[in-house]
Amino acid sequence: MSPRAVNPPVPAATDPALIRNFCIIAHIDHGKSTLADRMLQITGIVSDRDMRAQYLDRMDIERERGITIKSQAVRMPWQLGDTSYALNMIDTPGHVDFSYEVSRSLAACEGAILLVDAAQGIEAQTLANLYLALENDLEIIPVLNKIDLPAADPDKYAKELADLIGGSPDDVLKVSGKTGVGVEELLDRVVERIPAPTGVADAPPRAMIFDSVYDSYRGVVTYVRMIDGKLNPRERIQMMSTRATHEILEIGVSAPEPLPTKGLGVGEVGYLITGVKDVRQSKVGDTVTTAAKSATEPLAGYTEPLPMVFSGLYPIDGSDYPELREALDKLKLSDAALVYEPETSVALGFGFRAGFLGLLHLEIVTERLRREFGLDIINTAPSVVYEVTTEDKKTVTVTNPSEFPTGAKIAEVREPMVRAAILAPKDYVGTIMELCQSRRGTLLGMEYLGEDRVEIRYNMPLGEIVFDFFDQLKSKTAGYASLDYEPTGDQAADLVKVDILLQGEQVDAFSAIVHREKAYAYGVLMTGRLRELIPRQQFEVPIQAAIGARIIARESIRAMRKDVLAKCYGGDISRKRKLLEKQKEGKKRMKMVGRVEVPQEAFIAALSGDTEGKEAKKK
Amino acid sequence: MGSALPLGEPAPADGLLPASAADGAAHRAFGVYLHVPFCRVRCGYCDFNTYTSAELRGARQTDYAGHAISEVRMSRRVLEASGLPPRPAQTVFFGGGTPTLLPASDLVAMLGAVRDEFGLAASAEVTTEANPDSVGPEDLVELAEGGLTRVSFGMQSAVPHVLAALDRTHDPERIPLVVGWARDAGLDVSLDLIYGTPGESLDDWRRSLEHAIAQQPDHLSAYALIVEEGTKLARQIRRGELATPSDDLEADMYELADDLLGRAGFEWYEVSNWATDDSHRSRHNLGYWRGDDWWGVGPGAHSHVGGVRWWNAKHPSAYADRVTAGVSPAVGREVLDAPTREIERVLLATRIREGIDIESLHTGGRHAVAGLIADELVDAKAALSGGLVLTRRGRLLADAVVRRLLDDSSVE
Repeated sequence: MSPRAVNPPVPAATDPALIRNFCIIAHIDHGKSTLADRMLQITGIVSDRDMRAQYLDRMDIERERGITIKSQAVRMPWQLGDTSYALNMIDTPGHVDFSYEVSRSLAACEGAILLVDAAQGIEAQTLANLYLALENDLEIIPVLNKIDLPAADPDKYAKELADLIGGSPDDVLKVSGKTGVGVEELLDRVVERIPAPTGVADAPPRAMIFDSVYDSYRGVVTYVRMIDGKLNPRERIQMMSTRATHEILEIGVSAPEPLPTKGLGVGEVGYLITGVKDVRQSKVGDTVTTAAKSATEPLAGYTEPLPMVFSGLYPIDGSDYPELREALDKLKLSDAALVYEPETSVALGFGFRAGFLGLLHLEIVTERLRREFGLDIINTAPSVVYEVTTEDKKTVTVTNPSEFPTGAKIAEVREPMVRAAILAPKDYVGTIMELCQSRRGTLLGMEYLGEDRVEIRYNMPLGEIVFDFFDQLKSKTAGYASLDYEPTGDQAADLVKVDILLQGEQVDAFSAIVHREKAYAYGVLMTGRLRELIPRQQFEVPIQAAIGARIIARESIRAMRKDVLAKCYGGDISRKRKLLEKQKEGKKRMKMVGRVEVPQEAFIAALSGDTEGKEAKKK
Repeated sequence: MGSALPLGEPAPADGLLPASAADGAAHRAFGVYLHVPFCRVRCGYCDFNTYTSAELRGARQTDYAGHAISEVRMSRRVLEASGLPPRPAQTVFFGGGTPTLLPASDLVAMLGAVRDEFGLAASAEVTTEANPDSVGPEDLVELAEGGLTRVSFGMQSAVPHVLAALDRTHDPERIPLVVGWARDAGLDVSLDLIYGTPGESLDDWRRSLEHAIAQQPDHLSAYALIVEEGTKLARQIRRGELATPSDDLEADMYELADDLLGRAGFEWYEVSNWATDDSHRSRHNLGYWRGDDWWGVGPGAHSHVGGVRWWNAKHPSAYADRVTAGVSPAVGREVLDAPTREIERVLLATRIREGIDIESLHTGGRHAVAGLIADELVDAKAALSGGLVLTRRGRLLADAVVRRLLDDSSVE
């Protein structure tokens, strides 16, 4: 072994036998990026001087949170014995929301490093991705990271890993991404264990898109793995899902800065730039071929990204609506899974109904809107997609409670289901089961991982998961539990729409589709919250929760009885007038529901469950 | 008046008013307010511009009447030079602070200066505020002989624990005494009460009202306690030592006051003021609410003449320096434009029983009237004959009524 390759293989002219394509499967904070950084340094493609922490994570949010949202691929030379190899490290997103992207990244590899924190053991998301990797027949190299930590327990977790994937605990490599210990051995192991890619060199070219990134200077950068044939500069390519053709303006590999090459051959990993401006024109999972020598069969596994979770996005300041539209239009260029359409709400004004892959995706989009576009926004309670069939046999797809049919009788409502896997120390099993049960979960099974950790599997409605399930899970397990879920289809359920009415007027932002047995609890919760948050008016304001015309919960805000300055003499007059002007300014920020004046903050606080808003009301 | 001065433009050193101030002056009553910025102790709830001897920093209480008289003389010259017609004072009001901390002769001398410069109208109302603690029978006789017609006692409460919470030092038993002396001296009598003091119950308040009514005053004011920032009371509440009274309890207290006073023959004529008949309403205070002209003499005093509001330097020594140097003591002012004057007119006139002529309101305000009748905030009968007059419920929600009357009327 040698830290520097003597004779690095040249892109576009590399024998597939010298190529190793692999990815790293790891939980969020188990040190994947740090290990990747160390590999860049040890293979010599990033000089020590240029090294910055988490080199590959380009987005600020990623670097800050230590998580990878968008994957990339890096080509690294490595010498083993007399031979110089080309290693392509394909970075994968670590979160379940991006499981489709994960699956495409895995499909671009022949092997995977299973990276686990030696102080924490494996987590639910890692297990899910490991499962995907095994399904893709990847060669797995088990590795324990952070062995330099005082809390590390490599023996215990080596055994856990060996139990999971078979083999001996001695096969588990022990490294420290931070200090570099064991990283060279790991690179050697990659060459030795991971199979070289195979493909037909003279067949019509087929390349799989495993990532597609928008760059404001260069347009869309498409990352591909060549399966068959070769792609060349200036060639006209064709996207097999849409038949659209584009000219390759630049083709190359990441080293890790973009390095134009004379093309990409069988088994190679690299990027294409065609000048398209929207990632939707270069979809993850799609097959790239050439217009001149077109392949007949696309590669398997392509699906359109399907939003699973919907939420209304509203600017806190209504005049920011055009900016929000512009920001979403820009985000869309780099986020193929983001969908949205305009929506108006009585309570919140003009906004958008947006669809997301999951809760993290939602969080990332709202965070980017705040950070990159300086927008102050509120999102309504996340909702999932329901299929509602009325008695006249019409089926409506409901992504927003307001679309829930009201006129006709409901024959059936189907809700999306997921298979949830929760990993936690065994002491929390009871608490977790209680929580899952209360969220209409059905226990599928339970398994011990090692001595003290348990994997609990539940079949659960996704709608229950998007409603603060993860927060509850974390808080009930002191943060120890991890969660992964995957869609498993749908089920019929007794679901109803609960509306919230202020003085008889429906407040759209608070309508929710819930299980009939939970409708009362939701009604009591929301009416109680609003009673606390809405200031008293000059008249009594009833707050009701209703299913259709039937009232299921009721509160009321008593009429305000006193609103007068007791004394108003000489020097009080200017002061009083200025107060009046201030109140008038304040009124502009009020939303009117019928005759009821509601401060926007009250709606926001009620949506976010922030009862601190009470304080604001008193002021 | 609250002690913080408003933000405005600087006032000119000569005190001269813009020409607009004289418009329509002949139709406006003229009054003089004389501020006496001294107290023996500062009460915990008070943020008025007043000073104990320890806080005076060299300004001497004994010199004060002389400085105030200088300002009275200056005021006549300024009004004249600004084109205002000569008008006798319809009302004079000594407020504080504690005016009766000064010898009665000082107050009489100050009134004399007003008489010299402006003249007093034949039936002029001349009032002084008085602390039941600091006034004796001879003082009251001397004041009456010197031309005062009316005294307003700061009774506040008849309940010892309430007085203690307010830091008031007088004995409630002293009230019948001082009222008797004032009557003997031939003065009209008003009593000031405060409700909503931390710890005060509805029954405590009933006792105070009954005690006040038993004195058979001509006039009574009842103010909900306002907790002003920066006072000892505000600090005590913030530290949780005292509890703020709820708005609902205050509303109950107001209604109780209106009931008991009504039964005893008093009529409301302003949100916080009741009188036995029209002739005993405070004409000086009505001047504030009707938008009349008045000159406020003394440190921190506010004045209003024809849409110009100004205010004097706050500290007695800064005030004394300016007056002694012949410079206007005014440090800031606002010249109100027509829409702003209209806002003030509506917000002030709504508070009084005379009410507002509905015809005089902007379209938006006129359109709001029907809703105000429906919500029982304004009197339907009065509205049908063209006047906007608050109901009792409306008085308790007067600020909300004003906002509705001004909604969009002054925006466009």
